[in-house]
Amino acid sequence: MLELRAVTAGYGQFTALWDVSLRVAAGEAVAVVGPNGAGKTTLLRVISGVLAPRAGELVFEGRPLGGRPPHEIVAHGIAHVPEGRRLFPGLTVADNLKMGAFLPAARAGFDDSLARVFALFPILAERLRQRAGSLSGGEQQMLAIGRALMSRPRLILFDEPSMGLAPVMVLRLFDLIRRVREEGYTMLIVEQNVRQVLKLADRAYLLEVGRVRIEGRADQLGEQEFVRKAYVGL
Amino acid sequence: MSNLVDLVAHNPLLLMEAAVNGLLLGGVLALLALGLNLIFGVLDIVWIVYVDLVMLAMYLVYFLVQVYGWPLWLGALAGVALGTLLGVAVHLLIITPILASPPVNQLLATGGLLFFIQSLATFLWTTDHRSIRLSLPTIEIGGMFVSFARLIAFVLAVLVMIGLYVFLTRTYVGTAIRAVSQDRGAMALMGADPQRIYVVTSAVGGALAGVAAALLSIQYSVHPHFGAAFGPITFMICVLGGLGNMVGAFIASFILSEIISIGGVVWSTEMGYVIAFALFIVLMFVRPGGILARRQ
Repeated sequence: MLELRAVTAGYGQFTALWDVSLRVAAGEAVAVVGPNGAGKTTLLRVISGVLAPRAGELVFEGRPLGGRPPHEIVAHGIAHVPEGRRLFPGLTVADNLKMGAFLPAARAGFDDSLARVFALFPILAERLRQRAGSLSGGEQQMLAIGRALMSRPRLILFDEPSMGLAPVMVLRLFDLIRRVREEGYTMLIVEQNVRQVLKLADRAYLLEVGRVRIEGRADQLGEQEFVRKAYVGL
Repeated sequence: MSNLVDLVAHNPLLLMEAAVNGLLLGGVLALLALGLNLIFGVLDIVWIVYVDLVMLAMYLVYFLVQVYGWPLWLGALAGVALGTLLGVAVHLLIITPILASPPVNQLLATGGLLFFIQSLATFLWTTDHRSIRLSLPTIEIGGMFVSFARLIAFVLAVLVMIGLYVFLTRTYVGTAIRAVSQDRGAMALMGADPQRIYVVTSAVGGALAGVAAALLSIQYSVHPHFGAAFGPITFMICVLGGLGNMVGAFIASFILSEIISIGGVVWSTEMGYVIAFALFIVLMFVRPGGILARRQ
């Protein structure tokens, strides 16, 4: 479904990603893990179109999308749950969800999408008239995910979803993502919380200083000695 | 102060009349302030040139109606169309090339355009004051005299503002405009082309300038320095309401128009402006974020 072939990218003189290849098949949940500064966020910026790759290819459902602007990437069926949620705080929950369905193709299926989001996160239905900024942290997380689902995506990108959350909130967050996962959505999750994300993903890539260090099935990756020592903390 | 007391005691009707006139003026000022604020909210740029675009549209209405004999409503529509075009043109020709520059450069660029337009207007049409000759009556309501032109302008301004409200809250594009004003980057992740949102916003802002031009041309004469007469008060309203805050701008319009109108009757028009500006400066110290800003 999504394939990156030998992608190199960076900012100015600085190269953050070297020769990264990665694949997400339809129906899979794939995790990208690694320490701070490993290039995880750069990777997502390339996929979502915020940053153009310097070399290499980005192919989604057979179409080359490398270097296309973000709004076109979304139109091709890739939704983004950005780091820090990036909700529109002054807009109501209803308007935030509406903006998730901004594209004409998404508008056509608005009622159906909304029903699916409410089935996943019933609390959002009760908060429709409330401003997004007044929601609790957990509700905001649901809204950010719900907003991404409103675009009727075939692939969802999660950018460091647990960043800045208290430990108890992290567990709840992964419950939310698991619920979305159970609906059959294909997802790519970039995450620092290695232990949690490996429990959820089918496959994973470990990124270190801009290169893919190892890749494999999530459960096997979690058992590798150096991964456990360095990242899982067991 | 004794003037005010005197007036309340001996001629309350005159004071009421001033209050009504202030309300009517506030409607058109609010239209101007909302247009400017809409653009600022989305693009983070203050179009210093805004009221001069209004002036250009006023000249068009004047020439079409007074010189070429078009019916007023048609001339007014042409004014709105020109305002819309000018809004898009300013965005594409002046703002787009320097969108990544520091805000102060963008401010100076629209400021430069202001002087260009002023000089061009003086060159083409001289400094004559030109007005559409209309025989609109003055109507009497309960002993107060109210200009019919002002009343019409107020009603139309309110209708257009209701339309703007519906556009911004009910439509996808309008909601996207509000969303972009909160987070530019996130709206692109929703699939909206930011450049398209900017153009639509500038067009709507320009259209509001055109509407204001049509409504002002039935009350005031147009001249090359029209922008200098209405520009400062418009910016003051926007800052007082909190830049980018539409509700704040709406309220601030009526506060300032009442001060100017009532001050004008009690003392003199100049004194009305002096009080308005003095209040503005004081409020900037007390509430620098605008009247509706929450205290940090």
